[in-house]
Amino acid sequence: MYNEKVMDHFCNPRNVGEMEDADGVGQVGNPVCGDVLRLAIKVKDGRIEEARFMTFGCGAAIATSSVLTEMVKGMSLEEAMEVTNRMVAGALGGLPPVKMHCSNLAADALQKAIEDYKGRLLRQEAV
Amino acid sequence: MRRVYLDHAATTPVRKEVVDVMTRYMLDVFGNPSSIHQFGREARKGMEEAREHVASLVGAQPEEIVFTSGGTESDNMAVRGVAEALEKKGNHIITSAIEHHAILHTCEYLEKHRGYEVTYLPVDYFGMVSPDDVRAAIRPSTVLVTVMMANNEVGTIQRLAEIGLVCREAEVTFHSDAVQAAGAIPVDVEDLAVDLMSLSGHKMYGPKGVGALYIRKGTKIRPIAYGGAHEKQRRPGTEGVPGIVGLGEAARLARAEMDSRVSHVRYLRDRLISGLLEVEETRLNGHPSHRLPNNSNVSVAYVEGESMLLNLDMAGIGCSSGSACTSGSLEPSHVLLAMGLDHEEAHGSLRMTLGYENTVEDVDYVIGVFPGIVKRLREMSPLARKGEPR
Repeated sequence: MYNEKVMDHFCNPRNVGEMEDADGVGQVGNPVCGDVLRLAIKVKDGRIEEARFMTFGCGAAIATSSVLTEMVKGMSLEEAMEVTNRMVAGALGGLPPVKMHCSNLAADALQKAIEDYKGRLLRQEAV
Repeated sequence: MRRVYLDHAATTPVRKEVVDVMTRYMLDVFGNPSSIHQFGREARKGMEEAREHVASLVGAQPEEIVFTSGGTESDNMAVRGVAEALEKKGNHIITSAIEHHAILHTCEYLEKHRGYEVTYLPVDYFGMVSPDDVRAAIRPSTVLVTVMMANNEVGTIQRLAEIGLVCREAEVTFHSDAVQAAGAIPVDVEDLAVDLMSLSGHKMYGPKGVGALYIRKGTKIRPIAYGGAHEKQRRPGTEGVPGIVGLGEAARLARAEMDSRVSHVRYLRDRLISGLLEVEETRLNGHPSHRLPNNSNVSVAYVEGESMLLNLDMAGIGCSSGSACTSGSLEPSHVLLAMGLDHEEAHGSLRMTLGYENTVEDVDYVIGVFPGIVKRLREMSPLARKGEPR
């Protein structure tokens, strides 16, 4: 069902875990649909220095989370905002068609994390 | 690597004796059972012996057994065939919320396109249909009640005899999908007071692509396909003799070995369930005692079923889940939801169904591997809080 690259990221997920000192956190999905994904980012000089994830979900959900954390490392925030779920699936060499819609949420979590980071910046400036 | 097959509710391996019989009916006894020459007569003889074996398995008369392509066709034929035969009597069907899709989707078809009304009876926390609910749902226009004997996902065995009695008192035709039950536990159409019963070959160590429908003598039913006069005008098409004799042999073996199979898989099941439940925050789904002797179904908090299946598969273990990811839709198992589980519990369900060829070593291997898999997935789950269960 899944290709080798997906299985590799599922079996050996990169950058799993919580990030205590995250600059931005984005969570998407809910237990009702079967996928919950939390992505935390560390930002330095307008670039993503580090990304970590926690995921409840199927093989595709875990693999897309994992590969995203590798993809975005070093990206500027502008570049990172351009990342789509389709691109994430592409980085894995494709997903089964049924998984394209339900368990491919990593880019959504990334955008939320970046928005969270920007919101925090604005609030800091306001203080 | 060790390989352990724990998905017998999906399908079973075919017994060697069954393969041998089938091979003979392909290579040597290949005639068309409708032909009058000796080639045809030999094939018919084998087919009629198979019919006797299948009838014996469920306490029926041979002429009450119609061979089909499997459980799904049997279910379709029972529901549509009875509904259409009794269309002058009424247009109401009663079923349960936890039936196999072969029943549910046929009922939905009749609702949407043929003007039937269908009552979907609820089940309790253990997956049981209440016979009182059946009685209360029966109307003068009710043409059929169909309730499965044992559920394919959680293994819950219904109080079928009581439901059968309710139907008989109300003079309503009663069908039961016994695909998971027949061959796994004793089944008797008289004790259960059923008028029709669906059976499948590949759930009882027979071949895929063959099943049967028991039709009590005198039951009004129309065919759902038209063609020749095969199976006493009830199901047209040249009979799939190799499959049929395979089903017959599987039924014969199931009946002969019933007691030893049941006690063996029940012992393994209890060992498996208690082993799986050793892991924190797991729960058993289905009825604790009214359940198939080979079925275990547990929900594991904070983890999703497919990811558990993938990990178990890598450890050589084959089983299944009620998670949406394995259902082919976005919704998790309709059975688990109907029993009152929330979506997260349904997504985190794991079904392991045993067979008589499984061993204690198989079960202990699974119990040994399982906690590590759950731990690994929980460590990456945002729903689990370290050290403080939600």
